[in-house]
Amino acid sequence: MAVLDSKIPEGPLADKWTQHKNNIDLVNPANKRSIDVIVVGTGLAGGSAAATLAELGYNVKSFCFQDSPRRAHSIAAQGGINAAKNYQGDGDSIYRLFYDTVKGGDYRSREANVYRLAEVSANIIDQCVAQGVPFARDYGGLLDNRSFGGVLVSRTFYAKGQTGQQLLLGAYSAMNRQIGRGKIKMYNRHEMLDIVKVDGKARGIIARNLVTGEIERHSAHAVVIASGGYGNVFFLSTNAMGSNVSAAWKIHKKGAYFANPCFTQIHPTCIPVSGEDQSKLTLMSESLRNDGRIWVPKHKEDVQAIREGKKKPTDLTEEQRDYFLERRYPAFGNLVPRDVASRAAKERCDAGFGVNATGEAVYLDFAAAIKRYGKELAHVKGLDEEDVSLIDKLGKEIIKSKYGNLFQMYEKIVDQNPYETPMMIYPAVHYTMGGVWVDYNLMTTIPGCFAIGEANFSDHGANRLGASALMQGLADGYFVLPYTIGDYLSDDIRTGTISTDSPEFEEAEKEVRNQLNAFLNSKGTNPVDYYHKKLGKIMWNKCGMSRNEKDLKSAIKEIQELREDFYKNVRVPGTADSFNEELAKAGRVADFLELGELFAKDALDRSESCGGHFREESQTPEGEALRDDKNYTFVSAWEYKGKPSEAVLHKEELTYDNIELKTRSYK
Amino acid sequence: MKLTLKIWRQKNATEKGSMVSYPIDNISPDMSFLEMIDALNNMLILRNEEPVAFDHDCREGICGMCSMFINGEAHGPDRNVTTCQLHMRKFKDGDTITIEPFRAKAFPVIRDLVVDRSSFDRVQQAGGFVSINTSGNTQDANAIPIEKNKADLAFDAAACIGCGACVATCKNSSAMLFVGAKVSQYALLPQGKVEATQRVQNMVAQMDLEGFGNCTNTGACEVECPKGISLENIARMNREYLSASLKG
Repeated sequence: MAVLDSKIPEGPLADKWTQHKNNIDLVNPANKRSIDVIVVGTGLAGGSAAATLAELGYNVKSFCFQDSPRRAHSIAAQGGINAAKNYQGDGDSIYRLFYDTVKGGDYRSREANVYRLAEVSANIIDQCVAQGVPFARDYGGLLDNRSFGGVLVSRTFYAKGQTGQQLLLGAYSAMNRQIGRGKIKMYNRHEMLDIVKVDGKARGIIARNLVTGEIERHSAHAVVIASGGYGNVFFLSTNAMGSNVSAAWKIHKKGAYFANPCFTQIHPTCIPVSGEDQSKLTLMSESLRNDGRIWVPKHKEDVQAIREGKKKPTDLTEEQRDYFLERRYPAFGNLVPRDVASRAAKERCDAGFGVNATGEAVYLDFAAAIKRYGKELAHVKGLDEEDVSLIDKLGKEIIKSKYGNLFQMYEKIVDQNPYETPMMIYPAVHYTMGGVWVDYNLMTTIPGCFAIGEANFSDHGANRLGASALMQGLADGYFVLPYTIGDYLSDDIRTGTISTDSPEFEEAEKEVRNQLNAFLNSKGTNPVDYYHKKLGKIMWNKCGMSRNEKDLKSAIKEIQELREDFYKNVRVPGTADSFNEELAKAGRVADFLELGELFAKDALDRSESCGGHFREESQTPEGEALRDDKNYTFVSAWEYKGKPSEAVLHKEELTYDNIELKTRSYK
Repeated sequence: MKLTLKIWRQKNATEKGSMVSYPIDNISPDMSFLEMIDALNNMLILRNEEPVAFDHDCREGICGMCSMFINGEAHGPDRNVTTCQLHMRKFKDGDTITIEPFRAKAFPVIRDLVVDRSSFDRVQQAGGFVSINTSGNTQDANAIPIEKNKADLAFDAAACIGCGACVATCKNSSAMLFVGAKVSQYALLPQGKVEATQRVQNMVAQMDLEGFGNCTNTGACEVECPKGISLENIARMNREYLSASLKG
């Protein structure tokens, strides 16, 4: 069995990154001009990496399947971005951000990577402000912060409920500058369909032009995968419709190990599923838990009355409500980490306290916050603090200024006014902590192939804390990869342009064409979505918020059967040489059908509970997740061997020299 | 609900297109508009016909990819929403709904309802940025305080999602609201001031080159903008442009 080398530098934790940067090889500016780098994906990680690599002088080719790089799904991130700036003077530090992140990830992330992430976090905010990102500010003109789950400080920077949008447009603007200079060649509406290896190294990709259908060969000295997460394996998730695993899966099939596929984040506050025709789920930002209180009725009679429409939530007195997060976790209350909050909501709903027709919803209530803010503002303005309707009006204004866009989104979807009645929410698939295995340099097990952002596995362990995804995406793209890739590329200064006329490119292109033709020639009867929805149901029911051996085993079998049926009976209309979204979807779902099986296999293998991975067999008497540090303090890195069932497990042992492994408690 | 959809079908950029009628049944008022199109496409695939091509991605009103012209309005009859946030409860049983692509000279049709908006990208590439390299050595983020009011206005301008509803709505196919929003964001922030003169000139020049029309102050763009981008941004861009011209 091969030993995974994480290449973590020697030395004390706090010095590792600085020393590493001092020791690695650089490429001189003149030589950078003769080196090409492909970046797949234009979200926070891919966009920032492409821009920075181009600034450094590399020739960058950037690919996205959307019609513009500005549409990558990072755009939808709402709440904020963490940074250890300690602007609030509340005791924050690099160490504390590092500690919170490792603890939040339930001790399944790599210490050195997380410390580096915390270290560069402050630079990200400086960089974004310098780009003109309009973060929220206070009346003194300085940057404002808010709190997110799982931490006791206020370190989250934000731009209303559109932080991801503003940060992505910042990275997009940096890309635009380089596109204008000719240093980035942008390929919109292009999808990577395979990686090309020459002499064992990543040397290019095969891409399909989604407008003309043309299959193109692109060569480079290194390939960076920044294609995001694979939450859409569940069909219903908060991901965009096009979000997919294909780029990551294609490199997996060519030799990149896939790490911890079962580590998935089910986000507690999403708009509940309403019907069979639903195509996606919508997130309500975790920032809402700063001010919203989560509850269900204490008594079943009230649940019944609410479901039948005989009572409204606002009819229930304080005594008739169960604020279950505040009850179970008094220290963190409504701001416990996502995995904990999701499981607690599921527990109440499974016990029969769900507040909508499907029994799968809890309340997120802003009435207390409206009152509190209203009183505060009345006091500041010297108005009557006893005037109930005035307090209500003022409080709603403050809530609107903080969360206006989220409240509007909710109202449009659910057709209820959340200023007047509590929101109904339920957990939904949101983020995948697992991903392509990378070493400290963010390189995969294919030399010259890197993975950054959500596409890799490295920083969030078994559960990601809120506002850390934006931090990691931009840390990888702006401040980590641009250094570490130089160390690899320093060997390529004499290589010259890579030809696309080699047998390797020929072979890869042929494989791609064969697969596309196979889809089009399969004269089946079921649309692609039929399979995607079926897969999603298996994943949600058997690999979702709680998992057990029996269900996981049957999930593996069901997915294998579904995959077989897919290749026999799928119907893909149209042709290969035209704009054909069904054809693109077929390729993505084919990869999800393989990943789903590896996901279940990984979940089965890890018989402990940790973070978002909850195995029913491994829990405390109170129903909290029970880790098994003795047997599972490792990263599961899977090697592809022809099909998911044959995948071989490699273990990267995790060592904690700077943090004591403790039972994670938020009580 | 039972509906009749009249949809623009066009095979590719060169062939001629036409409106085609599709009766559809069993539409729930809780479905989003795009989920209704999903249902139509599912039906078409089962009938062995080609589905209607349309742009969409995030389905939560922020990516700016969806772009339908519904019953003569960009993003349909609801206000402050994108097509993906429009719900069928805004329509009545028996309605006939006309669906066309966003039309403008600078947005050529690719197929059916899908248009090419790369002209928007090129306008941004002409100047929609601050020329700052990534180094880790920029000054501290709190080194320059920014008046809250200005930061908020800059945010409001930066909230543009680049969908092109303003262009599709404007009788002149003008992109002034889109360009004005980006020019305004930077004009309002100290970080953007250094390059303000060049930025507005370059972006406006590119906008003209792409074939977008001029603004005649009808204000339709502001009404149809899903993000409520204010017309003030056009006025601010005009001021910026004028002062840039005076500086030469």
